[in-house]
Amino acid sequence: MNAVWPHLPAWQVVIPLLGAALVAFLRHSGAAFAVALAVSWLMPLIAGAMLWQVLATGPISYHLGSWPPPWGIEYRVDVLSGFVLVLVSAVGAVVMPFARRSVAFEVEDGQQAWFYCMYLLCLTGLLGIVITGDAFNAFVFLEVSSLSTYVLVALGRDRRALLAAFQYLILGTIGATFYIIGVGLLYLLTGSLNMVDIAARLGPEWADHSRAIVAALAFITVGVSLKLALFPLHAWLPNAYAYAPSWVTVFLSATATKVAIYLLVRYYFSIFGVAIEFRDLPETEIILVLSVAAMFVASLIAVFQTDLKRMLAYSSVAQIGYITLGIGLANQAGLTGGLVHIVNHALMKAALFLAVGAIFFRVRSVRLPDLAGIGRRMPVTMTAFTIGCLGLVGTPGTSGFISKWYLALGAFDKGWWVLVFLIVGSSLIALVYVGRVLEVVWLREPSAAIADASDPPLSMLLPLVVLAAATIYFGFDTGWTAGIADIAARDLLGGLR
Amino acid sequence: MTASVLPPAIVLIIGGLVLPMLPVRLRGFTILALPLATLLLVWQVPDGAALRLPFLGYELTPVKGDALSRLFATVFAGVAFAGGLFALNQSRVVELAAAFCYAGGAIGVVFAGDLISLFVFWELMAIASTLVVWSAGPSARGAGLRYAAIHLLGGVLLMAGIAGEVASTGSLALGRLELDSLSRGLILAGFLINAGAWPISSWLPDAYPESSWSGMVFLSAFTTKAAVYVLLRCFPGTELLIYVGLFMVFYGIVYAILENDMRRILAYSIVSQVGFMVTGIGIGTELALNGVAAHAFAHIAYKALLLMSAGSVLYMTGKRKCTELGGLFRSMPLTTVCGIVGALSISSFPLTSGFVSKSMISEAAGVQRLEVVWYLLAAASAGTSLYAGIKFPWFVFFQKDSGLRPADPPWNMRAAMVLCAALCIGIGVLPGPLYAILPYPVAYVPYTASHVVFYLQLLLFSGLAFFLMRGWLKRTLTITLDVDWLHRRPGLALARILNRAAETAWNGVVDSSGRAVRWMSSGVQRYHGLDGILARTWPTGAMAFWMTIMLATYLILSYL
Repeated sequence: MNAVWPHLPAWQVVIPLLGAALVAFLRHSGAAFAVALAVSWLMPLIAGAMLWQVLATGPISYHLGSWPPPWGIEYRVDVLSGFVLVLVSAVGAVVMPFARRSVAFEVEDGQQAWFYCMYLLCLTGLLGIVITGDAFNAFVFLEVSSLSTYVLVALGRDRRALLAAFQYLILGTIGATFYIIGVGLLYLLTGSLNMVDIAARLGPEWADHSRAIVAALAFITVGVSLKLALFPLHAWLPNAYAYAPSWVTVFLSATATKVAIYLLVRYYFSIFGVAIEFRDLPETEIILVLSVAAMFVASLIAVFQTDLKRMLAYSSVAQIGYITLGIGLANQAGLTGGLVHIVNHALMKAALFLAVGAIFFRVRSVRLPDLAGIGRRMPVTMTAFTIGCLGLVGTPGTSGFISKWYLALGAFDKGWWVLVFLIVGSSLIALVYVGRVLEVVWLREPSAAIADASDPPLSMLLPLVVLAAATIYFGFDTGWTAGIADIAARDLLGGLR
Repeated sequence: MTASVLPPAIVLIIGGLVLPMLPVRLRGFTILALPLATLLLVWQVPDGAALRLPFLGYELTPVKGDALSRLFATVFAGVAFAGGLFALNQSRVVELAAAFCYAGGAIGVVFAGDLISLFVFWELMAIASTLVVWSAGPSARGAGLRYAAIHLLGGVLLMAGIAGEVASTGSLALGRLELDSLSRGLILAGFLINAGAWPISSWLPDAYPESSWSGMVFLSAFTTKAAVYVLLRCFPGTELLIYVGLFMVFYGIVYAILENDMRRILAYSIVSQVGFMVTGIGIGTELALNGVAAHAFAHIAYKALLLMSAGSVLYMTGKRKCTELGGLFRSMPLTTVCGIVGALSISSFPLTSGFVSKSMISEAAGVQRLEVVWYLLAAASAGTSLYAGIKFPWFVFFQKDSGLRPADPPWNMRAAMVLCAALCIGIGVLPGPLYAILPYPVAYVPYTASHVVFYLQLLLFSGLAFFLMRGWLKRTLTITLDVDWLHRRPGLALARILNRAAETAWNGVVDSSGRAVRWMSSGVQRYHGLDGILARTWPTGAMAFWMTIMLATYLILSYL
């Protein structure tokens, strides 16, 4: 037991990395899937055990190779990172069974093993970003996840996937460069790369000559904002999501942007917030403005989309606006709302993209005009889809309501009435774009294109149903989502100056 | 979670959800059994909080009973039963499933002990009722979308108000609210939208008549009356409501008189009758509130009856326009009788339910020395009997012979009508049991000589007026409200213009789902449309440019 228990933080990253290597040697699609499935199912157990331990006894600090920080790399799990680790690994575990048939259908035979290899690398990178307490190590993991993501997107059969992946590669690299410039500035200032150590060394005495800090903050903000697709740096996202293989879209929408958001929160509240009077900086206001712009502009774009995947991609940009809005509010209720929406949005958007993947699996099209009346042919799939849609609108009884509730409370705490209206008003636009789809899929007479469509096999249906059920479940029992987000927000805000 | 009772709403909601999955032969039994089981549970709910639930760090009380809640829940369960019986041979099972969830939502609203529970059930009603509208088929699609948009707008206002209320007072309690802050104003606005208050009332006559022959029975009962309930609970004695209510009363009457479609007549009359109730809530004395509660109860019964008779006609003939109907009394005697009973009730004819309830509200205005209100209500009573009491049965069942000879509808529809008719007359003859379950003790005696004589006079004269004016009322109907005819009748023309203005404003401002989007789309589409600047695939260079801009903005603003 002693070989396992104290080393959980290392296992969290090492297992998927080894899995990726193993898959690269196996080169057999069935075996690759089995490895990916086993790794994916193991991850939430590890993450859950760590979160449980953190909630019981406080943050875990793991010294990689027994080198003590700040010289060695520290893996650090606190409530926030435990929360995001559980989310990322749990989503991976739930949606993995869907991949087998969907990937076999959409990815060429010879490339399927590489697909799982890239997925495991991507998982390694994402979990690594969240678990590491080292700024440069986070950059390394950011690149690991990004590079594998570019490959995953490019594996789409649509030839436009190549272009989308290329654009994502260029922009992602610029974003990563901005990030590493910011980290470099911090290193110049403090001589340290360990996040806790940087925060301690920055300290109050730096407040007077904070120009370099402000520059570092600006670089990191812009770099990470691109990764999380904050409006107007979102433009890589719709194409990448629309042309990637269905399952990749599911996984990326639920995890990649969320991890980038985690990184932003970490820098804002655990590093810069400790050193300087963070609420006075323009970053919060700019983020608030951009979030509101995202909520409206992206939602309005979604209204006009005819491709279901693109529509949901724009909806993701809008929903990310809600999350960053909570970060910009930077008060207890607002930040809780932002953090809880990370989970809620991940679950509902994964359900929606899974449904879209199931539709593509049966109909070979996700264009709205082709999908008239598909609710009658694929009732279970479309019911789950509808639940996800209700979640996007924020209907009470779904988890989307919980997020908006906290965000509205956060805006009220600041006394910003107008913002409350913008929050609830933007959900009316969400109603328009989902209402449009629901009308077509449920109320129109089935078209010839979908005559022999039916619900997909159980391995694809089950993940979908689980996520849709979770959207409902977390609309009522908020102990696991809002409860933990509340603790995490309290920790983060408590550390602020 | 502590519970001493099974929440009554749950039975109907879960029942509604499983209904489509049941084998056909079990359906009929389930449809009749669920509302009765609910009724039983309603009367098991004790006074005070009966269920507590922790949620978002608050203690919710999804079930909390008192006399007012039980009264509304009783009539809601009752109309679910009658409506279910009436709709037994509705082939679209989705409609009944949605209607039962809708009824469950309404019962949930009246038992909700806090604002969040209320909001959850409120939105459930909005969604389920939209499905009821939609299940009428493709023709109801647009109306259903507009209906959903309005109700979600109402939900938005309500949620903003509730969040503000919680943020400013920290309390979720659902009780009397003084109208002294913006958040409470928003809550009131959210409630009033569902009550069909002007200027956002046209959703009601827009959407309800598009529902199926059985769907409208359900629609007429729950949304507006649940709104009356929450107004009664939270805003009794708010003076503003008197004016809002009176406006609704006359708005409903004017348009009901102008209307030709029998179900639209009845839809406008819902607005008008709810106006009576809102006025009573605005008066706010115990007598007035008792009157409102009693009138809501009576109104649900007779409106269901009227819509069942109209639904029977629609079911048997497929026609809705007064001008296409007429002379049906020969072949549909039972429907005719039931329609007349409903019409008498809505005109508050003595010995019917409308008389014993509506007169309480007028009396309350009189007692409070609100002379103007009293006169207006009296005039409105006369107006009501004109359009709904006489016009509806006259043009549908009598008047000219349309040549149609449909039979009375199937047994279950007849049984449902007879049940409602019996209830209307029963309450009218023996008001005691209804008065016994009202929220406040009742000292009011409906059958005094002066009341009876007054209402008979009112009815007599409005009847006289109708038959004197029958000539031109009929003429308008035969040409189906041609606008150029209205130009020659300035009074009516003005009303029509006002209607147009209101509708235009309504379309432009509120109808975000359908017309407004098209209207705005020229502007929005330029930027957001498929090839719009914002929706196009941006060149990579443009993206890099934006990143530089953002970095520069951050830095400049930081150094300033």
